[in-house]
This record gives sequence, structure tokens and C-alpha cells, in this order.
Amino acid sequence: MHEILFYTFALLTLVFGFLVIANPFSLNPVTSAMFLVLTIVSLAGLFVLLHAYFLAAVQILVYAGAVMVLFLFVIMLLDLKAEERRRLKAFGVVAGLSSVGAILAIFLVTLARSPLPAATPALEGGTIPLGKLLFSNYVLPFEILSVLLLVAMVGVILLSKKDLK
Amino acid sequence: MNVGLEHYLVVSGILFCLGLAGVIVRRNLLVMYMGLELMLNAANLALVAFSRFATNNLDGQVFVFFVITVAAAEVSVGLALIVALYRKRQSAHVEDLTTMKL
Repeated sequence: MHEILFYTFALLTLVFGFLVIANPFSLNPVTSAMFLVLTIVSLAGLFVLLHAYFLAAVQILVYAGAVMVLFLFVIMLLDLKAEERRRLKAFGVVAGLSSVGAILAIFLVTLARSPLPAATPALEGGTIPLGKLLFSNYVLPFEILSVLLLVAMVGVILLSKKDLK
Repeated sequence: MNVGLEHYLVVSGILFCLGLAGVIVRRNLLVMYMGLELMLNAANLALVAFSRFATNNLDGQVFVFFVITVAAAEVSVGLALIVALYRKRQSAHVEDLTTMKL
């Protein structure tokens, strides 16, 4: 059962991820954003298979909820009709894909050659142990993160002013 | 066949390369941003898989939590930058944004 679910979610993640960057039917950013939502939901399924339940919930809430709403909002705000008609340069596509393929080959060869630890999964990523860890060992990074969010908020308000000095 | 760490790492590597290909090949700023999101998600998947199979603590998952938060902040700042650029140039296409090119 676990194997079937893993292969289903992995295949869905990769297919939707491919459709985000290279949809054969349309180059419209809105369809890319929709497929990104589906990729993120399938990834949340993989997180559940890894027993990271809290992270799966956060993934759906933060990414599929907040981040994607932001993306779609910006896409609707900008008028991107003229962008769709542009063609990609063949040289750029070939050079980019070959370099990315080389990086993928390096990944897979390294993975095949490195000794991985035997699977002894006994870990549960529920909310309670994660919250305890977050507020004991990681309380300083947690507070720094809240400052980071504040800085991002102030920066965004400044950037979106009409007359940017 | 038992699903182990290497299966998740292969999925994560392929997803990372898909995101990288999106950033390199596509020329629309918003789609490049979505490629960045894919790369971050691939790194998250690898971290969660290592946290479950290779270590015996939850530190990897806490790290993923931080990555998700930083990614949310990064997306908001980046999209605000894109909107500001679009106001100046009426374009969200990287080939139109070459003011700093020598």
C-alpha cells in the first residue's frame, strides 16, 4: 500500500512539476500557477507518507493557500497577454536543458555511489514534538524568523508605493 | 520493493532539476519564480526524507518549517519587486530588463 501511494504521489509531483515549467498547450502563467498548486498538494501527500503530518498541513496552508493566492493576484494585476506570444530561443533551450541534464546526471550518479543508511524509520512528525522542539532548542531562530517576516512586510509596503524613490 | 531514502532523494533531485530548467529556460519572471518555488520544495522533500530515514530527531522538519517561512517572505518581496519593475517597464520579461547589461 505504501509503495503504491509513494509511486502515485511521486509520479503526480513530477508530472505536475513538468507542466509548471513546460506546458505544451499554453505558456500562460495562470496555468503554470495552477499546476504549481497541484505539485504542492502532491508533495504534501509525500510528506504524509514520510509521517511529517504537521509539515503537510503547513505546506498546503502556506503554499497552496497564501503563496499561490499572491502569485495569482500578481498575475491578474499585470497584463501578460503580450507575453504569451513570445517564442523561446532555441540556443537558450538547448544550452539550458543540457546543463540541467548534466546536473541531474551528477545527482543520480552520486546517489548511486554513496552508501545510504538502512531504513529504520521510527520517527513521528506530529505537531506536539515539533512544537516542543521549536520552542526549546530552536527558539532563537524562531524569533529571528519573526523579525524577518516583519522586515519583509515593511519592505513590501515600501516597494509597492506609487512613487518609488 | 521497499520504499526507502533513495526513492525520495531521486524524486527530490528530479524535481530540483525541473525547477532549475524552468528558471534557465523560461523567460517570464513569474514562471521563473515558480521554478524557484519548485527548487525550494525539492530541497524540503530531501530534508524531510533525511529526517525520517537517516537521523533519529526532528531537526530536519524544523528546518523545513523555517525554509517554508523564509520562502513565503521571499515570494512576497520578489512579487513586489516584479510589480515595481512592471510599473517602470510595462513588462515582466527578462529580455526587456537589460539596463545593467554592459
